[in-house]
Amino acid sequence: MVFEVLVMGASSGGHQALSILLAALPAPFPLPMVLVQHRLGEDSDALATSLASRSPHPVLDVEDKYPITPGQVHLAPAGYHLLLGPDGFQLSTAPPVHYSRPSIDVLFESAAHIHGPGVLAVILTGSSADGAEGAAAIVRNGGTLLVQYPASAESSIMPAAALAAVPTALALSLPDLAVHIASLCPDSSSAARPSPLQKELP
Amino acid sequence: MTPTTQTSALEALEIELLLEGIHRHYGLDFRGYAYPSLRRRILNRVSSEKLDTISALTNRVLHDPECMQRLLFGLTVNVTSMFRDTAFYKVFRSKVVPLLRTYPFIRIWHAGCATGEEVYSLAILLTEDALYDRCRIYATDIDEVVIQQAKTGIFPLGAMRDYTANYIRAGGTGSFSSYYSANYDNAVLRSSLKTNLVFSTHNLVSDARFNDFHVILCRNVMIYFDKALQDRVHALFHESLLRLGFLGLGKRESMRFTPHEDRYEAVDAAEKLFRKVA
Ligand SMILES: C[S@@+](CC[C@H](N)C(=O)[O-])C[C@H]1O[C@@H](n2cnc3c(N)ncnc32)[C@H](O)[C@@H]1O
Repeated sequence: MVFEVLVMGASSGGHQALSILLAALPAPFPLPMVLVQHRLGEDSDALATSLASRSPHPVLDVEDKYPITPGQVHLAPAGYHLLLGPDGFQLSTAPPVHYSRPSIDVLFESAAHIHGPGVLAVILTGSSADGAEGAAAIVRNGGTLLVQYPASAESSIMPAAALAAVPTALALSLPDLAVHIASLCPDSSSAARPSPLQKELP
Repeated sequence: MTPTTQTSALEALEIELLLEGIHRHYGLDFRGYAYPSLRRRILNRVSSEKLDTISALTNRVLHDPECMQRLLFGLTVNVTSMFRDTAFYKVFRSKVVPLLRTYPFIRIWHAGCATGEEVYSLAILLTEDALYDRCRIYATDIDEVVIQQAKTGIFPLGAMRDYTANYIRAGGTGSFSSYYSANYDNAVLRSSLKTNLVFSTHNLVSDARFNDFHVILCRNVMIYFDKALQDRVHALFHESLLRLGFLGLGKRESMRFTPHEDRYEAVDAAEKLFRKVA
């Protein structure tokens, strides 16, 4: 499988989990990384700055129609949904989904539609059901889902909900997730061959 | 990028036919709207109407104007609030207002104003800066229903707590509660705020320029347009702005990827305030 994009979703506890995961992914990373971390209202660029300071990858809050760039971490800005489309990124101020804007479902569903089997998706810690439907859409369209092992997550609700929606998804602890992602993505340093994670289509 | 499966190729065709039908029958052109959210909103409507396919929605929309209005409501995303992005208002106050003072009469166009919360926010700001008497604000939107609501100047009372906090952070110099009176569940804005407002429908896709402006604000509207349509609307704004006029976009919008970039200088890059220089 040749992946085109790595999408990630996280909620409570996500800041810490993302810092660990991003730091452990090889740089330059061959794919664009797109990230929804649930965040409140109108906050600033603090999250991007903090993640950037702890990872070897450039991190930035996305602006409308920004091109999707390999090696870069694209962060959904506070107060907007982030969608992937043929023109690059699109932002939307449509109502929150699962009380969240940005919402993981919204990002994942748009990614599934446009990149199909080219999507590698990761659901991390969080106390919300956001992301489960989007994860199912990704797998339905031939993409691959990885989940943070619920018992190892600061908050297990979100990874557990994703696993309930996609029981065949592989669940791993953070360090194993990083190793596995690296092995799935071509040109990344680790030599391991992609493991046969292909999901059966319905 | 091409849709990945046959189903999504069919879906793309159905969306195209729906938009074509709406355009030909209702004269509303959504063909240049950004695909990802357009698709999401259409699929939401299909399921809210308890239909199975987009084609079934097309059928209903063409035969039932009320269904068209419901779809329009979803497609256009009317979400807004007073003093959203408080820093924008602060910067407007410190960097734009002093320059506006040099004009005897000021025309402002608020394009895509939705239910008007931003318009009244600006009216409050200009009132406090003793400039409102010299201003006329033209507030427009594609959607007749939201324009009617905006005209009333009545908002849910429950939202006022948040708006008060926003108002303070936006640098308000008075007392926010003096701008409205409570009436059951409603906050009725002071009528003096309405005196220099002109509300009207205007479709940025198809309607022409209608005046020359010192300020144009169009926030969180063009994010729903694709690049080609954005460029067209930017051309409309450029020709509608007086020389050295101001253009304000939404917090996460950019001039960087448009051919109009060089015709403006940034007044405040972070708050997306620009000034026409060419
Ligand atoms: C998300 S609201 C933005 C409201 C406000 N400016 C803000 O930022 O809070 C987008 C508005 O753009 C309007 N709109 C969408 N397409 C339009 C068009 N072609 N012409 C004029 N207004 C349009 C919608 O009806 C909606 O009210």
